[in-house]
Amino acid sequence: MPQGVTANYLVVFLAAVVGFLAIALMFAANYLLAPRRASPLKGLPVECGIPPVPFAWTQINIRYYAFAILFLIFDVEAVFLFPWAVLFLKAAPVVFYEMLVFLGILLFGLVYGWRKGMLVWR
Amino acid sequence: MAAALVISALGLLGLVAFITALVAGGLAALAAVGGLLAMFVFLAAVVLSLVWLERKYLGRLQMRMGPMRVGPFGLLQPVADAAKLVLKEDVTPAWVDRWLFWTAPLLLFLPSYLLWVAVPFGPGLVLRDLDLGLLYIVALSVVGIVGILMAGWGSANKYGMLGSLRSAAQLVSYEVPVIIVALTVAMMAGSLNLSQIVEAQRPVPYAVVQPLALFLFLLAGLAEVGRTPFDIYHAESEVMGGPYVEYSGAHWAVFYLAEYVNTFLVAVMVTLLFLGGWKGPGLPPVLWFLLKAYLVVGFIFWFRGTFPRLRIDQLMALGWKALVPLSFVNLVLTSIYLFYGWPWWGMSLISLAILAALGYGIHRQAAARKPAITLVPAVEVRSAR
Repeated sequence: MPQGVTANYLVVFLAAVVGFLAIALMFAANYLLAPRRASPLKGLPVECGIPPVPFAWTQINIRYYAFAILFLIFDVEAVFLFPWAVLFLKAAPVVFYEMLVFLGILLFGLVYGWRKGMLVWR
Repeated sequence: MAAALVISALGLLGLVAFITALVAGGLAALAAVGGLLAMFVFLAAVVLSLVWLERKYLGRLQMRMGPMRVGPFGLLQPVADAAKLVLKEDVTPAWVDRWLFWTAPLLLFLPSYLLWVAVPFGPGLVLRDLDLGLLYIVALSVVGIVGILMAGWGSANKYGMLGSLRSAAQLVSYEVPVIIVALTVAMMAGSLNLSQIVEAQRPVPYAVVQPLALFLFLLAGLAEVGRTPFDIYHAESEVMGGPYVEYSGAHWAVFYLAEYVNTFLVAVMVTLLFLGGWKGPGLPPVLWFLLKAYLVVGFIFWFRGTFPRLRIDQLMALGWKALVPLSFVNLVLTSIYLFYGWPWWGMSLISLAILAALGYGIHRQAAARKPAITLVPAVEVRSAR
């Protein structure tokens, strides 16, 4: 197969197809071989024998969002770091210092959140 | 007449070229599919071996024999388990969101399988030697979280819901140090291509240059796959299997498969980024690679047998207050070090010093804490009365 970006990611696509088919085969085997007996009690959510009330889809605590936002900040920043990490030795020195400033701002944000008690799970 | 001949000859030539390209492309695609299938079979074999190894190893750690009955030394136990799972009823509870419930295992498994396209097992022994291999792996390894979240939400179960939320918080938090440490390695190697990263470790593996980074990567990687000290999102005694609670049969088997494939991936990434990949004297490269990877897996199982589970507040504190700042400090130090072009052993000294300071700090804190309960021998209690 020819090299190149398109060919590379064509293989990734093929891998998705192969993986999907393998799993589908397993599900099909399960469907054909396994017994199936429906019963109203089997259809209830597992809750150790206690009646499942109230319903599971309820409000979510805000702290999960706080950590998700923190992750988003660091993850987006990692996108900028990836090209920099590979190239900063070949580029001009200013690239290096600029990224240090950027990281400093980011770490200042983390320290600020830390002082404000954002990192405490309560 | 001549013009028509020329045109039809050209057309024929074009047609032949087109068909040749099509056949060549088809053959190449077939070869790629063959490689992918081989990879799938290999991964399935690895998962079976890991299940056996883990059960046997944990059994030995707890002074049990581990699996004994099926096959010699219980070697066929994982095969029997897999057969059992396929033969079991796949219950779909009445209240679930069917689309989310059914596609969640796929969404967890597919990324963990797609990753292996870029993982090299030896010099040239790779399905696709992607130039952005490290970025590709880091990016795809996060997608599985969506699968877990979908499983928990789709189950319409309180434990599943709680577990999936916990998994989102935990996995997302520990992804940051993983990315930053991977970046540090990419910085030292000057490349995101995994083969080149391994080649860059020719004189000394990065485990020697950056012991701190290895420590951070292993810890964060363990949390990333939810191995036992960090498994609050599917802990049996807290959320009864968390997002997987409503699953059974083949669907559950797919979750299990993905989990072990991910564990092996962490071991393989540690091998590639820090232990020099397939480099080693004597044995063939692939054997060295597998040997190192299984050694790291052994460490992971040892962790599981040794450490108690962390609470969620401890877990988040460890992630955000220890691993994230440390990995950033490590990144900045490494960049300064590389920028001024100082020798590698200085970096390993700094790294070791930070690691030692960390160990001493933890020791101080653990020693300063008074035990909540004092154990008194029964004899003293009787004499005091």
